[in-house]
Parts: sequence; C-alpha cells; structure tokens
Amino acid sequence: MSREVVIMGAAETDIGKLPTTSTLELHVEGARRALADANLSKDQVDGIASVSVPGPIQVSHALGITPTYVDGTGVGGSSFLFHVRHATAAIKAGYADVVLITHGESGRSRVGAPPYPRANDSVMAQFEMPYGIVGPPTSFTVPARRFLHETDNTLEQLAEVAVAQRRWASRNPRAMFRDEVTVDDVLGAKMIADPFTLLMCCLVTDGGGALVVASREFAEAHGSDKPLVHILGTGEAATTPLISQMEDMTRCKQFTLSSQAAFKESGTSPADIDHLMIYDAFAHVPLYGLEDMGFVGRGESGAFVADGHTSPGGRLPMNTNGGGMSYTHTGMYGMFAIQESVRQLRGEAAAQVDDVSTSLVLGNGGMFMSAATLILANQP
Amino acid sequence: MTTKTPEVSPEARFAPRATPETQPYWDATAAGRLDLPRCRPCDQVFFYPRSSCPQCGSIDLEWVTCSGKGLLHTYVVSHRPAPGFPVPTVIAVVELEEGPRMMTNLVDADPETLELDMPVEVRFEQRTGAAVPVFAPVPENAGKEVAR
Repeated sequence: MSREVVIMGAAETDIGKLPTTSTLELHVEGARRALADANLSKDQVDGIASVSVPGPIQVSHALGITPTYVDGTGVGGSSFLFHVRHATAAIKAGYADVVLITHGESGRSRVGAPPYPRANDSVMAQFEMPYGIVGPPTSFTVPARRFLHETDNTLEQLAEVAVAQRRWASRNPRAMFRDEVTVDDVLGAKMIADPFTLLMCCLVTDGGGALVVASREFAEAHGSDKPLVHILGTGEAATTPLISQMEDMTRCKQFTLSSQAAFKESGTSPADIDHLMIYDAFAHVPLYGLEDMGFVGRGESGAFVADGHTSPGGRLPMNTNGGGMSYTHTGMYGMFAIQESVRQLRGEAAAQVDDVSTSLVLGNGGMFMSAATLILANQP
Repeated sequence: MTTKTPEVSPEARFAPRATPETQPYWDATAAGRLDLPRCRPCDQVFFYPRSSCPQCGSIDLEWVTCSGKGLLHTYVVSHRPAPGFPVPTVIAVVELEEGPRMMTNLVDADPETLELDMPVEVRFEQRTGAAVPVFAPVPENAGKEVAR
C-alpha cells in the first residue's frame, strides 16, 4: 500500500535585509525553525534536500545530520518544489522517513554567497549575455510584449497584477512593501525594461526557510500538534536554458506539463483549487500561469486579475503573502510560495482566506526554464 | 582565442568565448556572415549551434549561411546601463527567415518606432571578444523593385 506523504513542519527565517547572516546560516536557521515547528530533533531526519550552493552536504553537516537520502536538484527558484516531489517519491519508496528541505539566500547582502559568474564560454554567455542583459529584469521580461500582442491582454492589466498583490501585502506585516498602489503608480514608476517598471519586478532580499516532509504515519506518531498538510499531487518539467529558445514565447510549456501531472495525480482540476500561489518574479508570470494551467482561457488572465478575482475577497485568492513583487524574493522564491500555501492550509496566514482546503503552488525556475507544481490540501 | 585568459574589465562580462562546437559560428561572424547548422534529414536550420539536431537527434549536419533577414518577434527597452552599452538598449528576439529565433540587439532604431513583426536585417558589431550579430530595421524601400 502506498504511503501518504505530508508536510509536517514549515518555517521561514527573518527576511529582508540581513547583512550579518551568511547564506549557510540562513539554511541552518530555517532548518532549526522547521524542525521545532514539527517538534522533531535533528537526529530524526534521514533525508536532506537543497540546491547546489551551499549544497545539501554542507547544510546537513552544519546541522549535525548524516543523511542517507540526498537531493541536490538545482533548477532555479522552482527547485524546492522539485525537492518536495522527489522527497514524496523517496518516502513512498521507503528510501527515507523524514526529509528536510532547506533554502537560504543572501540575495541582497551577498554574505557567504557566491558571485554570479557565468563562464564566458557557456551557452548563455555566448548567445544571450552579449546583448547587455543585466540579470533577470532584462531577460525574463523579453517575451511579455509578444504575449500581450498575441493574447490581447493589456499593459494596464499587466500592472493590475502588481496592484492585486500589493493589496495582499498590505495585510501582511512581514511583507517588505505594504503601501497599496494604483495602476497609474505602477505604470509611472521608474522604468527598468520597457514595458516593465520597477513595481512590475521582484524584490531582492535575504532570507530562508525549510520544510519537513514525512510519511503521514510518521508525522502522526512523532510530530507536533500542528495541522498536517497533505501532498495530493505533484508535477515537474523543464524546457530551455535560454529564454530566446522558448517554443512559443506566449506560453510556458512546463507550466502546462507540470500542472497537468499534478492535477492527474491528485484527481483534481482547476475548479477544485481554493488558493493559488504562482511564482511571480515579474508581473507577466502569473498571467502565463493562470492561462497555461487552465484556470482561465487564452487571453483571459489580464481581465481576471483586473476584475479582482485574485485579490482579497476574490474567488481565486492568489499570491496572498504579497508575492515576490511585494513580500520577499531572495533570488529563488519557490520556498516562500510553498510556505504561504502551508500557512493558508493551516489557517495561520497573515492575510488568512476563509475555507482554504486545497492550494496549488506553481514554481518557476530560471527564465521560463523549469517548473514544478504542488497540489496541497488540509485533508488526505 | 579559445584559450585566452578571461578579461576582467566590466565589458568582459558580456564577451562571448567560443567552444569547439560553436567555433564555426564565431568564425563566420568575424567574417561578416551569420552561419547556422542545418540538419540534412530534417532540412531544419537551428539555433544555437550544437552537435546534434534538437528535432530528430541526427548528427548529419552542415553549416549554412543565413540571409540575415528576419522579423522582430519581441523586445524590451532596457533603461539599466550595462557596461559598454548605450542607454536605452533594445534587447530583442528576432525570428530569422530560415526559422530559428535568436536573442539580439536592435540598433539604429528609435525605440519609439519599433513594431512587432517589422522586418530587420543583420549587422555585425565588434564587441569585446567577438563580432556579435545585431539587427537593424530594414529601410522602407529595401527589397522592393525600384520602378524606373
């Protein structure tokens, strides 16, 4: 019989500007808090998952854990959703009982963090970087104009994504930006990569967090009294490391593939989802997500957001922590999207939505490079 | 060129350096040509250069010289200064006449006058480390027969 798998512990570190905390320490602090949340000791952990820097071995050694299941999948900001999926499979297979998934990133202060070097002979350095791309704001944004053109979504609707998420952030004391904004504020903000203004781009912060994933059986026998979050379905996919090589610049294929797998495994459809987290590095990404996962039809995402359906009081609350544009974004935001789903399902979110029983998390990695989907619930 | 020690100037961050499988591409740009691999079984030209066809997996490839003509597929106008680049810089994706799309810069164009799917043509700019293919709008009367 297949083992049911749950998230039994979840916690974030302090977030924002943390100039005296190293990258490794953010992992370690997140892990300690998540283990405390689950009421486990480090010695009950037999699996560890983390991205390649500082790496799962460094993190587990710093914590004093000797893992017998190790996952170092590093596919950008969606990596932590991949880790949850892989941990679920490992636990079902009997390879591990308790997997600790950690994130920590000194994205803003760069303490104990590697530089962002890209070897000049890498594929990206040869075929994209020579054009003056200064990080994600000038590359992730490139498909958007084509998307607006082909789908008839408008620039004002793109700005509405930032407006809607700031409404949620205004209800969250931990969010970095909390003042509500208007479409005019967004469109009138400092221009970064036309048509993207500063308010359509994500933050750059320091922070971390961790998850404890285990079999339901183990969690019920050993864990805290916190509500368990059940992992109903997962999916993952990846396409291209170069954004210019997307098969179709107006659709993100891995959003579709990973969500279809998660819907199939969980036996759910978009109509069953009460709460949604879509990785929002930039304002266009949630619009792709809504369309590519089938929450709305082609070209309907902009109006859906502008009409308030994803805002407080709307029928599909989305990015309720304020998202990467207003809450926090360390560089690999996926961990924070999962954390907010867990909080909503436990009923302990800052901007708590009534009656959340299912939540979907869509993670993006790189510039439309990889994606993973988790469908989580408060009941098995 | 491929064994040169990487430079440390800010501009060097944007300097491409060839690998053996991409060397013919960069050799061609240095000579003022845009050469790309074509799969003989599929008859497809593809970007970026690599050792097998991304469609069928064949290693039966040849290099072809592209026309240098294409359409402006999408773009952003970057207002963030990158070392050695003009502000604003137009960062664009061009769809080549032969099919594939590539990242590039739009040059010699007023960012306000750009339109998606407008015809563009290749040029080569000497940047740190290599001759880099960029694109410029095709003048209004280019390609049309001039009545005499």
